[in-house]
Amino acid sequence: MNPKKVVALRGLISRFGDNLVLNGVDLDIMADDIVALVGGSGSGKTTLLRHIIGLHRPAAGEVFLFGEPLFAGNYLEQQVRRRRFGVLFQQGALFSAFNVRDNIAFPLRELKALEEEEIQALVAYKLAMVELEPEHALLMPAQLSGGMSRRVALARALALEPELLLLDEPTAGLDPDRSTSFVALVRRLHRQLGITVVLVTHDVSTLLALAGRVAVLADRRIVSAVSLEETMKLDHPFIQSFFQLFSKRG
Amino acid sequence: MKTPRLQFDPDGGLILAGAWTLRELTPHLGQIRRQLATVPIRSFWRLTKIERLDSFGAMLLWRGWRCNWPQNLEISEELRAIITAVAEKSGALLPRPVAFGLQGILIILGVILLSFFRQLVDFVTLFGRLWLDLFFLLSRPRQWPLKEISANFYKVGVQAMPVAALVGFLVGVVLSYLSAMQLRIFGAEALLVDILGLGIIRELGPVLLALLVAGRSGSAMTAQLGVMRVTEELDALAAMGISLSLRLLLPKVLALTLAMPLLVLWTSAVALLGGMVSAKIQLGMSYAFFFESLPQVVPVANLYIGLGKGAIFGLLIALVACHFGLRIRPNTESLAANTTASVVTAITLVILVNAVIAVAIRNIGMPL
Repeated sequence: MNPKKVVALRGLISRFGDNLVLNGVDLDIMADDIVALVGGSGSGKTTLLRHIIGLHRPAAGEVFLFGEPLFAGNYLEQQVRRRRFGVLFQQGALFSAFNVRDNIAFPLRELKALEEEEIQALVAYKLAMVELEPEHALLMPAQLSGGMSRRVALARALALEPELLLLDEPTAGLDPDRSTSFVALVRRLHRQLGITVVLVTHDVSTLLALAGRVAVLADRRIVSAVSLEETMKLDHPFIQSFFQLFSKRG
Repeated sequence: MKTPRLQFDPDGGLILAGAWTLRELTPHLGQIRRQLATVPIRSFWRLTKIERLDSFGAMLLWRGWRCNWPQNLEISEELRAIITAVAEKSGALLPRPVAFGLQGILIILGVILLSFFRQLVDFVTLFGRLWLDLFFLLSRPRQWPLKEISANFYKVGVQAMPVAALVGFLVGVVLSYLSAMQLRIFGAEALLVDILGLGIIRELGPVLLALLVAGRSGSAMTAQLGVMRVTEELDALAAMGISLSLRLLLPKVLALTLAMPLLVLWTSAVALLGGMVSAKIQLGMSYAFFFESLPQVVPVANLYIGLGKGAIFGLLIALVACHFGLRIRPNTESLAANTTASVVTAITLVILVNAVIAVAIRNIGMPL
């Protein structure tokens, strides 16, 4: 398999009990790409993301990450593979018992190879990278606002210098101002670090600002995965209604 | 070759090559750190062969250079920008948590003392609020949270019956077995009924059950309130103008206070059954004899004492559970700490109160 393909899904089928969520999803995500996954509510976007992360095992089909099957190898090999991507969960999923500093330091400490001073320097750098102040390092997650905890979660996702960044609804629940600045932050990081980004969103403005390619999830499969301009021209009922809203507004 | 490495040039310079990224560096970290520490900073550094540099690699280099640019450096603009960014930002000193000292001990002692008094006030307030709710309900029969009370009653009462029976039965068997062995030495086997009857009905039944219920239902109540706080359900209720104490706390407290005496009856009965079976097997004491002598040797006041203690313990357990449940802040640590505190406090209180009651009513219900 071509190593340039960061993520490859082949005939992915996912079901919960009798409920068929995904039925034969095929998708390739190339290195250095920003791919937005869109679809109606309950269309299985987040489920698809969780399959890529390996939180669900597919009923059939396969997930390849960095050219290797996701579940191949023993515990340590899987751990190495999982350290190559970072995930920003919808609610941030910060460890509520740790303060901001320890949240970001946690994955670095788990490497069991770095010295404490190096970890502190990296945490300081990551905090600056997501535009937070050093004073925020001692705050607990419960004390953070929505936008701030999203930033801390992003810093944690970036702690291990991932090649692939997965964002689940990165701007949901943020006001337009904060959402715009968060999007700008992700764009800047993508440009600087050359990370492949996969994001799930149903926010049209996020989509327009970020996405290089749009993968549309409808009828339990990926119906198209082309550039934004081409997607908008497609004749599919979901795509029509999704972008109609925007074109009326814009 | 991706392996990150330092190569020494014949002319005394240094060539850095490979991918200087966190992942590639990690396996060779010890060696690279050693090399960076020994190389004099005045050497000629050539960073031209670095394939990839991430912020960890940049930080490692920068620290290797003791936070100064080397004078002799050959580097691309791209890499220089990465190192500059890391150099500027990673130096920021993060605030450190305050170190622990003598002052810290004083502060902690003070905090514990103050929080004890605050909790006492909170506890009394909670108790008072529930009384106010009861008075409010007396004049408004339509407002009674009957469904909640019944649901809680089922959860803390009916569903606790199997485990209470199991524990009661086994304790009854063991108690009977041990007592019978001792009594046989004195030929006083008939006294077994006195010991079992008095011990189980008056003390063991209520206390044993209270410990069980504190662990089972008390912790569940605390955790439920805590999770409702985390998921903002408590706020949603308050926003609808629904009284938290009336709909969540009062039903729990009432249900447990009402269910405990019944559970005490059930547990004591099963424990006596266990003792009876054991006595039959070990001493050959007939069931009929046991049944006949039990009411003769154990005054009925003991039964009322047992039931009354059950009600008091139930009230205490539910109050403590609600108190700690409401103190939970929306994070996992607080949830764990308060659930633990709820169970430990409830058990301690039950044993304390039981001792006080035992002293206060020492003259009541004793066989002559």
